[in-house]
Amino acid sequence: MSAWLTMIAAGALTYATRLSLILLFGRMEVPGWLARALRFVPAAVLTAIVFPELFIQDGSLDVSLANGRLIAGLLAVLVAWRTKNVLLTILAGMAALLALQRVF
Amino acid sequence: MTSPRSEFQAGLKAELPIAIGVIPFGMIYGVLALSAGLPASASQAMSAIVFAGSAQFISAQLFSHSTPAMVIVLTVGVVNLRHALYSASLAPYLAKLPPRWKWLLGYLLTDEAYAVTITHYNVNGEARHKHWFFLAAGLMLWTTWQLSTAAGIFLGAAVPASWSLDFTLALTFIGLIVPTLKDRASLGAALSAGVTAVLAAALPFKLGLLAASVVGILVGVWLESRR
Repeated sequence: MSAWLTMIAAGALTYATRLSLILLFGRMEVPGWLARALRFVPAAVLTAIVFPELFIQDGSLDVSLANGRLIAGLLAVLVAWRTKNVLLTILAGMAALLALQRVF
Repeated sequence: MTSPRSEFQAGLKAELPIAIGVIPFGMIYGVLALSAGLPASASQAMSAIVFAGSAQFISAQLFSHSTPAMVIVLTVGVVNLRHALYSASLAPYLAKLPPRWKWLLGYLLTDEAYAVTITHYNVNGEARHKHWFFLAAGLMLWTTWQLSTAAGIFLGAAVPASWSLDFTLALTFIGLIVPTLKDRASLGAALSAGVTAVLAAALPFKLGLLAASVVGILVGVWLESRR
């Protein structure tokens, strides 16, 4: 039950964000400082999700060659940088992780 | 001359390649939501209620860590803040529409619908029926997202845990973010947020994610103001 309520609250908040300026246009404008801050939202949030996934395994920091997710993730960064293609990035990262899991 | 029909068809045509690209993500979301312990009905409903890929991926992950509801809602709020920018940039083109159109188009405002619509409006901003273009792009993406979620849920039960499919979340975000890190400020925002998230990983309720997001945004704004 609480999962449903959480979801509905999250959905309402998302809808309000999307509708906000479409409805309020002419009555208010986005202040300059807010527009500048919003530009960094995707980079900050998504990287904050990715780093722990790569660097923390079983609850502790793991910076070693045995950390398959870290190695596969770094390869994915390289592929994303060179190709700018999300699907290729996913495929390369998953292939690397599965291969490394075989080795270690 | 444009008509509602010609604008609608143009919207469908422009959105088609993007919608095809979205299919794997919808399927991966369906698989992830199930493996996070969400019931199939809730997993599917989230695609209609929240209707935002990255926020849904994260919610599924937070649900699986039994994160408190308040933190999940706040996190989704932060992740989806960028939609306020889209809303602001489309608003002048939609200003004369009746409210029911604004409420409907607001619901359909996703990254993918925004991308093709703003491109179209930059060229055809004066066309009378241009809201039909947005409607078509939005509806096509919505339908694709719901169907691909359903396909993922259907397949999800058959995918073994040893495939490490949860890792596709991190990989998807790497693929989306790395190409956008073109200047020092955004690179600094990303790296400082990432390092903070690792250092703050032990904070309760996954609050490290929120803390790291705030640090990253502040560092980005600061680096940009120094130039």
